[in-house]
Amino acid sequence: MYHCGDLTPKQRAEWLVSLPTLAWLALFLVIPAALIFVLAFRPADPYGGIGAGWTLETVRALWAPSNLAIAVRTLWISLLTTAVCLVLAVPAGYTIARASEKWRNRLLMLVIVPFWTSFLVRVFAWRSLLHPEGPVKALLQAAGLAGPETTLLYNPAAVVLVMVYTFLPFTILPIYAAAEKFDFRIVEAARDLGARPFQAFRKVFLPGISQGLLTAFLVVFIPALGSYIIPDLVGGPSGEMLGSKIAQRVFTDRNLPHASALSAVLVLAVMAPLVAVLALQRKKKRADIIMGESP
Amino acid sequence: MAVTAAVLAFFYLPIIVLVANSFNPARFSSRWQGFSLVWYRRLFESPEVWQALKNTLIVAVAVTAISVVLGTLAAFALHRYAASRLQRVHYTLIYAPLVVPEILMGIGLLMAFVAAGVPLGLVTIILAHVTFCVSFVAMTVLGRLQDFDFSVVEAARDLGAGWGRIVRKVLVPMLMPGIAAGALLAFTLSVDDFVITFFVAGPGATTLPLRIYSMIKFGAPPMINALSTLLLAVTVTAVLASRRLSRSKR
Repeated sequence: MYHCGDLTPKQRAEWLVSLPTLAWLALFLVIPAALIFVLAFRPADPYGGIGAGWTLETVRALWAPSNLAIAVRTLWISLLTTAVCLVLAVPAGYTIARASEKWRNRLLMLVIVPFWTSFLVRVFAWRSLLHPEGPVKALLQAAGLAGPETTLLYNPAAVVLVMVYTFLPFTILPIYAAAEKFDFRIVEAARDLGARPFQAFRKVFLPGISQGLLTAFLVVFIPALGSYIIPDLVGGPSGEMLGSKIAQRVFTDRNLPHASALSAVLVLAVMAPLVAVLALQRKKKRADIIMGESP
Repeated sequence: MAVTAAVLAFFYLPIIVLVANSFNPARFSSRWQGFSLVWYRRLFESPEVWQALKNTLIVAVAVTAISVVLGTLAAFALHRYAASRLQRVHYTLIYAPLVVPEILMGIGLLMAFVAAGVPLGLVTIILAHVTFCVSFVAMTVLGRLQDFDFSVVEAARDLGAGWGRIVRKVLVPMLMPGIAAGALLAFTLSVDDFVITFFVAGPGATTLPLRIYSMIKFGAPPMINALSTLLLAVTVTAVLASRRLSRSKR
């Protein structure tokens, strides 16, 4: 290897141990990611492959009203899911952080265990619960809350419910981690100074765990945007999302360029919150330095 | 407190109903009709399920072997040369599969395989699984390396051991708990993966999650309940074992 001539032995050793994963990830992560953007400009061939030449047709077709409707729905379902998860996770994380050490570990285990079951199995479990002949509908009917023709499956509400179920543990953990480090004496001080309980919670506790809230937001919102199995299995046509549309383009329409254009939109949608959070954190850090606080 | 209790009930209810239903002989399972193992028997008599299980295990074993070697090497590089610019790029690349939505990895890989003319099958599944399992192995081993005392390696060198011997006699044994935990994690993730597998599998190579999916989608009998219960038992056992391994210190 002549081009390695100018490297020190240490650098050469570094390249040697890094090269296998670098090469693997370049081949199976970087190139595929680039292809998503490239193939959006290639025409489809009738056999489900990629045709010759280049075209702007696919990208232009992205602006079709049906696509826009799906993009908007993906956004609101993901936002609603994230909001519900956060609303449930803050009290849960708070309770776990304030519990005695023995109970804290037990509660954490109880939160983590559902993670371990197969994701597909959990979605299936909900599908049978919400089935027209399933127990949830029977209960609702007995309580007079549902008629015989009520359908619980195949609508956006079912998608949100199952997404909350899937993502909630991921939200509780970062909030718990932040709440555990939080110094609760500050809340007591605020109370002593005359703050009402809710005021102390909103003005002292929530800002105190902002880092955990941010992490929780990202770990739900990003995978929610890319959801595919959940809308596919419990969403029906009215609960379709970007992810299930991409899969439909690949497997039903066998049109890779269309799938690729939609995936490019998804990549950008996923990047946006990540970049926003990073920028926000950098700005906050700078403000902290100016204010003289420890970073 | 009330919210926490409700959340926990919400977590467990579907799983409990699923496990209970796997022992319920009723075909449409809203009413309990007595304890029965009929769905388990059906399951064991299904040749498709056995074939899918075989494929799943072939993939998982190959994926575990490759990603343990690659991931351990990567963790070593990340730890040893932590400050260099190359490792910053390396770390970003290894971190990416942990945040990228699965469907994007699936479709990207499918396109790469189609563009390169690689026929879809077990091999493409293995290549795809390694791509995300490496990250999990690397992160697990990296955690272990963080409290690893490198003066031991220097001592071995001072005593005249060559690198081959150091790797075999010092590094691997001391990192074993981390490597084993990473291996179990890779194995579990590979066995469990559906989305990425679905994109790169092609018509012939059906794994267990793909089988379950088609059973769900095309209304197979409640055999899925039984299969899910078994899968659940296996996953919980594997994760418990992996936690025990990564917790045991030195």
